[in-house]
Amino acid sequence: MNIVDDTLELVLSRHGRQAHSLLQILRELQSALGWLSRATLSQVASALGLTLAQVQGVAEFYRFLHTRPVGAYRVLFSDNVTDRMLGSEALLAELCQRLGVTPGKTSEDALVSVDKTSCTGLCDQGPALLINHHQVVTRLDSERVAQLAELIRTRVPAGQWPAHWFEVQDNIRRADVLLRESVAPGMALAASLERGSEATLGEITASGLRGRGGAGFATALKWGLCREAPLAQRFVVCNADEGEPGTFKDRVLLSSFADAVFEGMTVAAYVIGAQRGFLYLRGEYRYLQEALASVLQRRRAAQLLGSSVLGHSGFDFDIEIHIGAGAYVCGEESALIESLEGKRGTPRNRPPFPVQQGYLGFPTVVNNVETFCAASQIALRGGAWWSGIGTAQSSGTKIHSVSGDCERPGLYEYPFGTKVEQILQDCGALDAQAVQLGGPSGICLSRSEFGRRIAFEDLPTAGAFMVFNASRDMFEVARAFSHFFAHESCGFCTPCRVGTELLARRMDKLAAGRGSGADIDVLFELDRLLHSASHCGLGASAANPLRDTIARFRPAYEQRLKWLHFEPAFDLDAELSIARRMTQRDDAGAHLENEA
Amino acid sequence: MTDAALPLQTFSLDGKEVPFQTGDTILQAATRAQHFIPHLCWHPDFPAHGSCRLCGVRINGHVVCACTVPATAGLEVESNTDELNAQRRKLLQMLFIEGNHFCPSCEKSGNCLLQATAYAMGMEAPHFEEFYPDRPVDASHPDILLDFNRCILCALCVRASRDVDGKNVFAIGGRGIATRLLVNSESGSLADTAMTLQDRAAGICPVGVILPKRRGFAIPIGQRRFDLRPVSEPGSGERP
Repeated sequence: MNIVDDTLELVLSRHGRQAHSLLQILRELQSALGWLSRATLSQVASALGLTLAQVQGVAEFYRFLHTRPVGAYRVLFSDNVTDRMLGSEALLAELCQRLGVTPGKTSEDALVSVDKTSCTGLCDQGPALLINHHQVVTRLDSERVAQLAELIRTRVPAGQWPAHWFEVQDNIRRADVLLRESVAPGMALAASLERGSEATLGEITASGLRGRGGAGFATALKWGLCREAPLAQRFVVCNADEGEPGTFKDRVLLSSFADAVFEGMTVAAYVIGAQRGFLYLRGEYRYLQEALASVLQRRRAAQLLGSSVLGHSGFDFDIEIHIGAGAYVCGEESALIESLEGKRGTPRNRPPFPVQQGYLGFPTVVNNVETFCAASQIALRGGAWWSGIGTAQSSGTKIHSVSGDCERPGLYEYPFGTKVEQILQDCGALDAQAVQLGGPSGICLSRSEFGRRIAFEDLPTAGAFMVFNASRDMFEVARAFSHFFAHESCGFCTPCRVGTELLARRMDKLAAGRGSGADIDVLFELDRLLHSASHCGLGASAANPLRDTIARFRPAYEQRLKWLHFEPAFDLDAELSIARRMTQRDDAGAHLENEA
Repeated sequence: MTDAALPLQTFSLDGKEVPFQTGDTILQAATRAQHFIPHLCWHPDFPAHGSCRLCGVRINGHVVCACTVPATAGLEVESNTDELNAQRRKLLQMLFIEGNHFCPSCEKSGNCLLQATAYAMGMEAPHFEEFYPDRPVDASHPDILLDFNRCILCALCVRASRDVDGKNVFAIGGRGIATRLLVNSESGSLADTAMTLQDRAAGICPVGVILPKRRGFAIPIGQRRFDLRPVSEPGSGERP
């Protein structure tokens, strides 16, 4: 036996050689071995009864899995637009220069690779980076980067780096019912058991609670449908794949309110009759795993999980943590379920819906972290109390992750119905020209709309609130978002796979000063096509930032247009350079007329 | 055929009544009744995949895929409209510019569902800029050529090899625009798989990726399947 075989055996047996643990197995193997060689993938495949190509297909889907050698230190700079506004691009260039490496390439001595990754959910304390898909370093500056380069060069393990670099602050700036105080563990659960499962569902119905992930589906309806689905096994899944750029509320809820989240899941399990639950934690939040596991352990010891929860015979429920591996699309609930089953995170066709056929074909409730927090509060205090907060169609409070150009970035919890300008005032955004609400897939608001209210009946949001002051170029903001969607498309359906790439290339063409009016027309055309034809919400919303910014900040686009009509994406004269070299000519006659 | 004992259920497709059986999708029922709804990744012998998005139809104001939506009595379905055909044209253009499709030199020309559907939808030019991806061919197998340049990721070969042949020769790898067809062998070459020309997977490719070797132009261009009868004609859509 060698070290690879030993590790493989250990990891495989930890997961009972189950094919639906493939993603966890690959993650853990990589963490021990550095990267996943073809030989390793082949061994995994035969142990799990899968084919090598199936395992390779999964490994290639997730950005945090490597099928080629990578550096002993893998440095990933968070690349949300808010990180860029805080100078992340210059810091990345500085680190690469100090280490003598090219971004995206492993150094020749296999010591380090430096690259970018989608938003790591640390926008309130960026620029941030991720080390070895495990730790995060926040509040980067030039000095920190210089020290970091030295630590890497002298091969100091990341675990021995200055502890304060890894500090992640909650930054709760305005607390309402969810963030003000945590409920004592077990209180909501005891109230539910006392009331009975049907009456508890009744309280959720009375509360009017709607899902906090963005779509706003009625929570009680989802639970009720799952409860009625005619199968013996049911599952509860907490969607902690908080990938929407600019959102970080779930990070704080899981750091400081984990009991409320798990309690909400347990209440849901009681209502629908589930025995098993999963917390799907995004790979970027891997550093929270140990703390979350110890909360689960504490809850088991207190009889809040396990068999006969709180002595209630017949109510057995436990929760496992499943870690993602760098795929925004897994925030879509059916893609998340595929990923839980160890597959590529491709959204499923519907019907059937997850409440009918979800995890392993069994009825499954998938809710957002914040939804479960709210559910635990409602289970304790009753539906009428919750529905008394907020507006007619949007009961309760909403937590906003505020970042960008403001004095006090962090979490702000308000009742629904709060105006955008109120939040701007409270966070100290004095010169805002735009707010990107709900992340890139949400809506971009300009000054004239700051009087609008945040609620399902006016401005729905999944929680991101990115502020841009008058100095920011909204074209560049939209261009960054277009690259985000192209990077995160799962590649399953034609319009999203090709359309997001076309959008990103068009925006680059405009940025290079080679745009024309026809390109703007194509952006609108792609927006319509993506909305109408995409398989899931990722594709459907991929052109939203472009459409919104063209409508509101058109001069930012028009100043980049070279001609009103058509302009090719390539430089005609440059294309002739090979012919010039071959004919050894470089006179004026060998060049096209240069209109500049 | 419908069971005579059951009451006839129908939905409306572009104003025509289409009979269906319980459990049918719109596309299954329409195809059985010889109505043409453009599609690439769907095949009557396999469950719906839903990736090409060509079969988008309008129901109650929403565009949904005819291959995944169950037929229900009285449903009003619009398919052959200018708006939906324009959308299909754009999706076809996307598939053309994403790969390397040179119809005049392709052995599948005239038998290709992508080409035939593009003709049927009136696609005249690629419209978008070509990506010209670099995709090496796999000529390792003695009898079968794989030309990935034409792959539209319909996954029919993946499904046929897995569900009919029981060989799992193919899988999908990569992500986003880099999504690609994988061959299952240690070397990654088709020669090292158990695939044969007799496999269902060998004949199912709607485009020109999976081709038998040494059988070039046995039927001249101009006399091939879709040369004789456009894909939109009743019965022409029957698939190998």
